Order: sequence, then C-alpha cells, then structure tokens
Amino acid sequence: MYSKELLVHFYRTMVRIRRFEESISEFSQKGEIPGFVHLYIGEEAIATGVCANLTKKDYIQSTHRGHGHTIAKGAQVDRMMAELFGKKTGYCKGKGGSMHIADFSVGMLGANGIVGGGYNMAVGAGLAETLKGTDNISVVFFGDGASNRGTFHEALNMAAVWKLPVIFVCENNEWASTTALHEQTAVKDIAVRAVAYDIPGCTVDGNDVFAVYEAAQEAVERARRGEGPTLLEAKTLRIDGHFVGDPQVYRSREETMNRFKANDPIIRFEEKAVQDQLLSEEELKTIRDEVEQEIQEAITFALESPFPDVSELYTDLYV
Amino acid sequence: MKTITFSQATLEAMQEEMRRDNTVFVMGEDIAKQGGIFGQFKGLPEEFGHDRVRDTPISETAIVGAAVGAALAGTRPVADMHFADFIGVCMDEVFNQMAKIRYMFGGQTSVPMVLRAPDGLVRSAAAQHSQSVESWFLHIPGLKVVAPSNPADAKGLLKAAIRDDNPVLYFENKDLFRQSGEVPEDEDFLVPIGKANVVKEGKDVTIVSYSIMMKNAMETAEILAKDGIDAEVIDLRTISPIDREAILTSVSKTHRLLIAHEAVKIGGVGAEISAMVAEEAIDQLDAPIVRVGAKYTPVPFSPTLEAAYRPTTAEMVAGIKGMF
Repeated sequence: MYSKELLVHFYRTMVRIRRFEESISEFSQKGEIPGFVHLYIGEEAIATGVCANLTKKDYIQSTHRGHGHTIAKGAQVDRMMAELFGKKTGYCKGKGGSMHIADFSVGMLGANGIVGGGYNMAVGAGLAETLKGTDNISVVFFGDGASNRGTFHEALNMAAVWKLPVIFVCENNEWASTTALHEQTAVKDIAVRAVAYDIPGCTVDGNDVFAVYEAAQEAVERARRGEGPTLLEAKTLRIDGHFVGDPQVYRSREETMNRFKANDPIIRFEEKAVQDQLLSEEELKTIRDEVEQEIQEAITFALESPFPDVSELYTDLYV
Repeated sequence: MKTITFSQATLEAMQEEMRRDNTVFVMGEDIAKQGGIFGQFKGLPEEFGHDRVRDTPISETAIVGAAVGAALAGTRPVADMHFADFIGVCMDEVFNQMAKIRYMFGGQTSVPMVLRAPDGLVRSAAAQHSQSVESWFLHIPGLKVVAPSNPADAKGLLKAAIRDDNPVLYFENKDLFRQSGEVPEDEDFLVPIGKANVVKEGKDVTIVSYSIMMKNAMETAEILAKDGIDAEVIDLRTISPIDREAILTSVSKTHRLLIAHEAVKIGGVGAEISAMVAEEAIDQLDAPIVRVGAKYTPVPFSPTLEAAYRPTTAEMVAGIKGMF
C-alpha cells in the first residue's frame, strides 16, 4: 500500500521534472539558455522512484542528463533554472550550468560532464559513510552508454569487495549519444553484469514508478543493512535527441514518439491512479496547476536574476 | 629535533594527523600489509586498523575517484598512487573531478584530500616508473602541488597538505625516501604551502629548484663559491601556486637565474618560471635565464642512457658560469 503522500510525491516530482525540461528545451532552442542541455523527458519515473527512498543525508551522483535527479533529490527549481541561464542566483553561481548542476545541501553531489565520471565518487561517498559508522548510502545514476566505461568495472568491484552502501542505477535508454544499445554493448541487459561482482542485479520497467520504487527500496534497505551494493537497471527510452538541437539523423523520430505515447511514465501513472482510485482527476489537475505555477515562477526568477559580476571569475577556486 | 629518514618523516606526518583527526584515512595499492614499497606506511595499520589504512584493488580511477567522493562526504582521504606515472591512468579523476569540483559547483563544497605520488629516477625503473610529472598539474587551476626536498619538509608539507581544505598533489621523490635529516618534533610543525624557502642567501645568481635536485643546487652553490660566485638557492617546496614573490625578489637582487628540475626541461616548471620572470622582471636580468632539466625522451632503461638523461650538477655549474 502506498500512502497518499507518497503518491502525490511521485506525481508532483514527475510532472515537475517534465515541465522543467519542456521549459528549458524552449529557452535552449531560442538560444537564451547557453551551452549544452540534455533532457530527461520520458525517464522521470527512475529518478523519482529511486530518490523517494532516500533522505537528504544520502548522496546521489548524477550525469550530464541530470536535472531530473536534481529535482527528485529535492533541489529547488528556481535556483536550478537560474543556474541553467548562467545567473548569479543559480546553485553554482552560474559557474556550472546544466552539466554541472549540484545541490550539496540535499546530498546531490553533482551532475557530471564526463560520462562514467560519477561511479567512483559515489563509491567514495559510501566509503566515507561506512567509516563514519552511519547508515547513509549513496546512489549513482548512469546510462547504458556509460556502462561501457572502465570506471564502471573499477567502481563496482571496489564497492562489492568492500561491501559498500552504493546503489548503481543504470538508466538504459537504448542510446549512447547517437549510437544504439545493440551496436555498442555486448549484452541486452546491463544488470547481468552484476554476476561479475557477485552482487544482486535486477532489471525493472523504468517507466513504471512503482516498479522502480520497489526495486530501489530493496536495494536501499540492503545497503543500509551493510550488505553491499546492488546493480539496478531501469529500462526506458530517450525521447529527445542526445542534446537539445540534435537533428537525430540516426533514428526515426516518428517511431520514437509512437513508442513514447504508448509508454509515457506520467500517463501510465495517471491512468493507474484514476483506475485504482489512488488519486482523483481533480487531485491530479491540482498538482499539475501547482507545478505549472512553480515553473513559471522559476522562469521569472531566472530571467530577472543578474549575471555574475566578472569579479566572480576568480572566486571559489581555492578555499 | 631528531634525525630520521624522509620515509619515516612522511610516516610520522601520517601518524600525527591520523591521531589528531579521525576523519583522515589512507588507501592505495600495497600500503597496509606490505607497508608501501618504500616502507612509508609501515606500522600504520597496526595503530589505526585496516579500515583507515586500506589496501585497494589495482584500480587507480577508483582510488582517486573514491577519495574525491569521500572528501565530499566529510572525510580527509589520503590516496597513494604507488608511482607518479600511474596518475595517467586516473587523469580524469584528477583534472576533471578533483581539481574542478569546488569551482564548477560555485564553492558549495571543497575537496580536502591529498594524492601522494612517488616520482623520479631510481635504479633503472625505466619509462613508466621513473617520471616526474609535476608540471602537468601546474597547468590545472584548482590544484595545489608540493614537492619536498628533505625529511623536515616532507613531514611539514604532508601535514599541511592533509590539513588543507583543497586537493593537494604530494610528489615525493623515490630516491629521497632513504635520506636522513633533522626533523622538528612539534606535532603542529607545518611547512606552509605556497611559500618557497631561501635555503642559502647569495648575491650573484639565483638557483631555483625543488625535490631531489635541491641536492644538486647546493652542490652547485658550493662549487661556484670556490670561483667567487655567491649563489642564492631557493627551494620552491610548492609547485602550485608558485611563490612568484620569492623568485622575483631574489632575481631583483642577483640579476641572474637558473632553474633546475629532474622533470623534462621542455614544458617544465622552469618554463613557467622563466616566462614569469621574463614578463615581470626582464629589465632586472644581466644574463639569459638558464634551465636545466631532463632530456626530451622517455626515461631510458640502461644505466648509461639513464645517466645521460638525468640533469646534472655539471650542467648547472656550466650554465651559471656562462652567465658571467
């Protein structure tokens, strides 16, 4: 049984991520958001389902496609939006942008512009908590493409041999930048690689927030009990290009959108919520309206915020 | 004061800092059971246990990456690189993560960790176990880089590096490990990072060096003294940030400059110092700047070739004599 509070949290978080991403996509296409922007649309159920099991004392390591993780971990959308616009009021004072978004106050240890760059830092965060004697854990999100980095092997082995409280969450969205999964990865299911580290590995439907939540819950409890890492693979689909502006010459957009329409994690949640009488249509609409207002306020906040002064160039380099 | 080896000095630094702060821990290959290849970790696990003195898998990206993550999570890791050459394996962790995290996240956090890296020529270890790579890191904003030349500095700089809230690369020359010297016994003895040490005052020429080549710098000064040339010798101690003021002050007094390091001369620390002096004090110079460093080749194996690769006191003496 899911509490109403948790159901509302699932829906609010997924809609918040979706609307954040749709909004920044527009601003990015207009050139008002500088730099590279990678969208998480279609993958919302994963960050939402996993992070719903975590507290602010737990850590996450994110990726270049990291806005969803940041929101799900509890960051504020206004300061995120400001960061993406390169404004002084952003989480990183405009020094990071989309690929380097972070909110350390909620345990979000940063997106990463290096694919596969987060694994080992998550292992280290888990190690630190073990040394301190807490039951806090760390989670690293990564894609199917990143699972082919050598860092994947070093991190999983170290976490497994030291039984560290680290959860490896593979968001298998079928695409490594412009290359399809089957062209760059020798296995269909990334989770089977868990065998190599003698740890549990499981594959779930990444567009079903309930399935993700339950699989992550088991992994989180295991980690908190000191039983070591889990490799959790969530199957999903990247809806947009690798980055905003990607012409996607390597695949059929129509086919992608058809698959998405039939398997949108938010629509699936809405249908289940109404059908099983978990939340009413009205309740869902109220949440959507609230999120919309929040996103519009975030946009206003970002647009009205000043850019950092050039004197900020040399600050934050050393303590 | 007591006389101990460079290796013991680094061990004392670790012991004192691990006693002082229980968030300090160390991990690396062959450090706990073996005690490190130079004995620099001997006895550490007996006092602090295998949780805080960890033998790792042969996984350099995991060692450094995990140290960065552990630093973000409130501990003070010391990661041992076995050989400085192996930093190449985990360069992403060093230059894209460790060095940049504080800045790119707008100062939300810091990365208080030390990366220890034994470097330099020793016993024909050849191309992949002999290099001095400190200049790579001079080019990366966000890092601090130190390279002690004697046991006292080895201890004081390592303690300062562990207490520093920034990521510090600690290059310890392999041939220095067995050398002895006097070391202060005060548990709060620190050598400040970022400050050079004027080891010998002089008025005719400035010799800037660090690490193992400080021995050659002192020899050079002695040889020159016999010819009536009074050399000032500066031990850089810190490679980044370079103590520009100490160098400029000295050059303004002596009007001549030689820089010596065991690393390859081209693109080395000497190049940066030369450029800096040329930009800021060229009118102070009475002679061209001379750099002495290793030849522009990978480190060769055969003892005769290794000797030809290695920078020498004779080159330093000749370089300075040519200035007059």
